[in-house]
Amino acid sequence: MDNVGVLMLCPISSYLEQELNKRFKLLKFWPITSKTEFLKENSNYIRAVVGNSACGADSELIDSLPKLEIVSSYSVGVDKIDLVKCKERGIRVTNTPDVLTDDVADLAIGLAIATLRKICVSDGFVRNGLWKNRDFELTTKFSGKSVGIVGLGRIGSAIAKRAEAFGCSLSYHSRSQKLDINYKYYSNIINLATNCEILIVACSLTEESRHIINREVINALGPKGIIINVGRGAHVDELELVSALLEGRLGGAGLDVFENEPDVPEQLFGLENVVLVSHVGSDTVETCKAMADLVIENLEAYFMNKTLVTSVV
Amino acid sequence: MAESKHLPKVLLLGPPNVFQIHGKHFSQRFQFLKPFESPIPTDQFLAENCGSVQAMMCSGDTPVTSDLLRKLPAVRIIVTSSAGVNHIDLTECRRRGISVCNAGTVFSEDVADTAVGLVIDVMRRISAGDRFVRSGVWPVQGQYPLGSKVGGKRVGIIGLGSIGLEVAKRLEAFGCKISYNSRTKKSSIPFAYYPSVLELTINCDILVICCALTDQTRHMINKEVLYALGKEGVIVNIARGAIIDEKELVACLVDGKIAGAGLDVFENEPEVPNELFDLDNVVLSAHRAVFTEQSLWDIYELMSGNLEAFFANKPLLSPVIDG
Repeated sequence: MDNVGVLMLCPISSYLEQELNKRFKLLKFWPITSKTEFLKENSNYIRAVVGNSACGADSELIDSLPKLEIVSSYSVGVDKIDLVKCKERGIRVTNTPDVLTDDVADLAIGLAIATLRKICVSDGFVRNGLWKNRDFELTTKFSGKSVGIVGLGRIGSAIAKRAEAFGCSLSYHSRSQKLDINYKYYSNIINLATNCEILIVACSLTEESRHIINREVINALGPKGIIINVGRGAHVDELELVSALLEGRLGGAGLDVFENEPDVPEQLFGLENVVLVSHVGSDTVETCKAMADLVIENLEAYFMNKTLVTSVV
Repeated sequence: MAESKHLPKVLLLGPPNVFQIHGKHFSQRFQFLKPFESPIPTDQFLAENCGSVQAMMCSGDTPVTSDLLRKLPAVRIIVTSSAGVNHIDLTECRRRGISVCNAGTVFSEDVADTAVGLVIDVMRRISAGDRFVRSGVWPVQGQYPLGSKVGGKRVGIIGLGSIGLEVAKRLEAFGCKISYNSRTKKSSIPFAYYPSVLELTINCDILVICCALTDQTRHMINKEVLYALGKEGVIVNIARGAIIDEKELVACLVDGKIAGAGLDVFENEPEVPNELFDLDNVVLSAHRAVFTEQSLWDIYELMSGNLEAFFANKPLLSPVIDG
């Protein structure tokens, strides 16, 4: 398979590069300055693309790769890939579900506790020597709070399981009700937000779910409510979120994703009721290796004419 | 004030945070004698006002020594706002038949939440990552270093009382494998028991300290235990600072002998070893594991409930010693 050209769109991990190099002809897209030239010169033998949550095979790229047969994404979300075009052209698409479910769920709960109990703020309080002058403020209890999950897929369910261990009551909003699940279902997301204290976004990004968390939902959640986003930045109307936080219409937020990563609205930097991390949902040593292995497994399966392990298209 | 004269008298030391916040509520049920508000020296205050006082309320910070108790010949109950009772001379209390009531299980959930929050923070670098984003360097420096998966890790809990059990229940849901060390094995508990702290530590990746501070547990986490925890190991302490040999802990963290630590308590609060401030693999909290609005209300209800039970000759709600 070492004559199969695999185009890697952005830096992911040296382990993945190493493994791709062993099996295929690896081409790195991100350091190239004149990308159009590069694609013209190499399009004849690029048969696969590897991207992630930041960089996907969009319409333009697919058009410039006439020999493209498979897109293997190092992510579970495939919102950056033009799936319609892939279907039309018979291009296969694979992602990395399951291996990252636990990590993202762990982070969601970690962000919720950190936001309510002001763990990061307390850490800064101690590091800046403020404890010598006064006690740290009272914070808000996490256990027993009502948790509303947007999207009860693999990740949403894993989050729910963890929240249950803290005595939280669970409710959810999803495209359709899950009949084998006991949590309360709300077909209207406003009602979900009205009836919970912690709203956690864990659904996939589609046309329907873009800005699903808008001003109305934020207001329904209210000044004591918090939002945890481990989905995609575009799930939340970021401008509305920032103004709600600044005006006190929303109690707080724990955010792993933003609309224009790596840019984060600077007005958030001064707030003590938010926790901000840099899209690290699956960023553990263990999971990154598992994700890279799954990308490789899918590519190998394809080029050896075997069944794909985790295909989306 | 005339309306409080018929209320039972309680000597108030500290005062504990819960009194600072719910003092009005407390004062509707009891008449408090407050030496800290008096201009005269405490000893004199006690001698003049507390000769017949039967009840005392204090915090975890106010030492109740045999010396102090000698000045209070009529005291029969001490109600502390803390879960820990290491600040009270329990031997002297037993000798005199003085009941001691603590916070019972009122704080257990909040403390467990903090413990789990610290575990996730250290493993997944949440506080360090938050600093990274706020510093504005994400666009410049690219991704933050990888963290460590929580699920599947072996968690060793020291002290499987109310708090330890709540921690175990939570971390089990994350896919962690729970084992513990306690003074006695709990036969009804399904988790693996290790008879020594060292053996427990050798067999776990994350050590969570949930036990009481006693003469036996002071500096129980020493160099040997820390070395056994190892380069990939993480320690979280929400119990008492003195359970860990803090000098050794700092040395191990600075030298990379253990992977990280989440600490809510320290040996000489509010003093915290400065060397920790340079480390990104450490999360520091200002002994607030119990302090939520909810828990402060709950402890107010428990403490006043204990005092009311005492004055009405009814069973105490959360006795550590039932004099």
